[in-house]
Amino acid sequence: MSEHLTRRSPRGRIGAPALLLAPFFLLFTAAMLVPIGYAVYLSLFTEHRSGLGFGGSQTVFTGLGNYSRALGDAAYRAGFVTIGEYCLLYIPVMLGLSLLVALLLDSALARARRFFQLALFLPHAVPGIIAALVWTYLYSPGISPVLGALNSGGLHPDLLGHPLPAVVNMAVWEWTGYNMVIFYAALQAIPREVLEAAVVDGASPLRTALDIKLPLIRASITMVGLFTVIGSLQLFTEPMILHGNASAAVSTWTPNMYAYTAAFDRNDYGLAAASSVLLALVAAALSFIVTRATRGRSERRTEATA
Amino acid sequence: MTALATPGQRRRAAARANGGATRRPWTLSAAAVNGSLLLVTAYTLLPLVWLVTAAAKNTPDLLGGNALGLSNFHLGQNLHDLATADGGIYFRWYLNSLLYAGIGAALCAFLCVCAGYAFEVYAFRGKEKLFGLVLLGVLVPTTALALPMYLVASEVGLVNTFWAVFLPSLVNPFGVYLARVFCAGYVPGEVLEAARMDGAGELRTFWSIGLRMVTPGFVTIFLFQFTAIWNNFFLPLVMLSDSKLYPVSLGLYAWNTQTRSEPTFYPMVVTGSLLAVLPLVVAFVALQRHWKAGLTAGSVK
Repeated sequence: MSEHLTRRSPRGRIGAPALLLAPFFLLFTAAMLVPIGYAVYLSLFTEHRSGLGFGGSQTVFTGLGNYSRALGDAAYRAGFVTIGEYCLLYIPVMLGLSLLVALLLDSALARARRFFQLALFLPHAVPGIIAALVWTYLYSPGISPVLGALNSGGLHPDLLGHPLPAVVNMAVWEWTGYNMVIFYAALQAIPREVLEAAVVDGASPLRTALDIKLPLIRASITMVGLFTVIGSLQLFTEPMILHGNASAAVSTWTPNMYAYTAAFDRNDYGLAAASSVLLALVAAALSFIVTRATRGRSERRTEATA
Repeated sequence: MTALATPGQRRRAAARANGGATRRPWTLSAAAVNGSLLLVTAYTLLPLVWLVTAAAKNTPDLLGGNALGLSNFHLGQNLHDLATADGGIYFRWYLNSLLYAGIGAALCAFLCVCAGYAFEVYAFRGKEKLFGLVLLGVLVPTTALALPMYLVASEVGLVNTFWAVFLPSLVNPFGVYLARVFCAGYVPGEVLEAARMDGAGELRTFWSIGLRMVTPGFVTIFLFQFTAIWNNFFLPLVMLSDSKLYPVSLGLYAWNTQTRSEPTFYPMVVTGSLLAVLPLVVAFVALQRHWKAGLTAGSVK
């Protein structure tokens, strides 16, 4: 890397990189750093409205008061429990399905690979809000042809009544193909010699897939897992739509929905800011832990092979 | 991409040649493999097929659960309703989305390439620390940022303006990371050195050589950012109250909340959704090479 840099970098020219970096960092500061800083600042204050509202409102420093209010609120804590349950159900199903499909596509027997890849990826081209709308309609009695078929078969499931599986299914539909493409690309990048050696040693395709292919793409699996967890923490659009059509999910079902209601239904900006900051902290901490863990493992592996 | 495909093809040929020799369990027969793939494909395509057929139904047929039937073709009527509802506001939303996503993604991709190029080509003090800050930005959840952005925007008086949605969409730290990866792969140092020998200034070298060579990266970042902005829902929901500024996503949401009291909105939401999906589907079908390259560059080492 350092050799690479010295070869490329001319001496004594600071202007050009500064000029090229400035626009991005200007906007980065305005749209990310400043909002984070301001949210942290706001989270330390709370508004007290006096009497009948004639005296206006007063902004009072409360320190970590908003944080303890958010954490003390059972509804906010329940939001994290929801995310936990959601992850427990969603991640194994989505990861399992996308790995399975990627392995099937990578097997010598698969036909029409380009078609399958595109057809499976298509849901990702559908905006989350539209995916949520379509699935909510497909869950709705009367509108849904799926429910219609089930009803005529004597089954009467209440698809709108259980927000967790309803939202998990939407997410599985949206993300399986996307992650499958990542896994498939990783599988295609495995050196041919390794797989040939396995065949020569008499390993069955199933054994090759489980014992050789999967371990070799572990870095991609961890990466996808990490982004999935961060994405899960942000859960908002799908339950919001479901809530609008069915009231199955309460308006504080996820931490993001809690922050939204705090800001716009209750006008409690201090609480909204505190709950957003806490959410961002949890996301950052999680991704930090996971990246550290995976980096450690891949470094150890590199040493072992070297 | 060709480099990626070739070993795969060679491997497949090798596996096929070997196929006869090794005994396979029945689960791995060609029929089972392709059958399972078809099954998963049916799951991914069913809602889209429903969206297409439902867009051609009137309210009674839609609410009667007859959307998959082929009788009573009402697509023309639905499109007409869509174009005339609320004084044709749907196509105003569509235009807004094109502006937010088209110009926003183009500018964003350009800024990302500028920054990624600078990170890859130049050595300067604190470079890796600065890049670490960008990577930290990747990890901050965007929806957790939407509320803080709203609070700042209301402080500076930008709430309920075009800029409130447009400006945040210009920033994508992950795009900078991608751009750096792409510059490492597409812009050979020797070429830049040659340009400098010929007396080109740094910015000129970037503009006429670096930027040209990293065009595939630019297109990839553009595509991903276009999708992200087109799909964005939380930020406009928080920022905008004037329905004339809505992007399609927020407009459809607003219409959907009215379906409870006014079921005639159902066909409009469905037909509007179909039209809103089309540009993205077309883009992804046409630019397969690019999104595959982008996913690979971003996620596989």
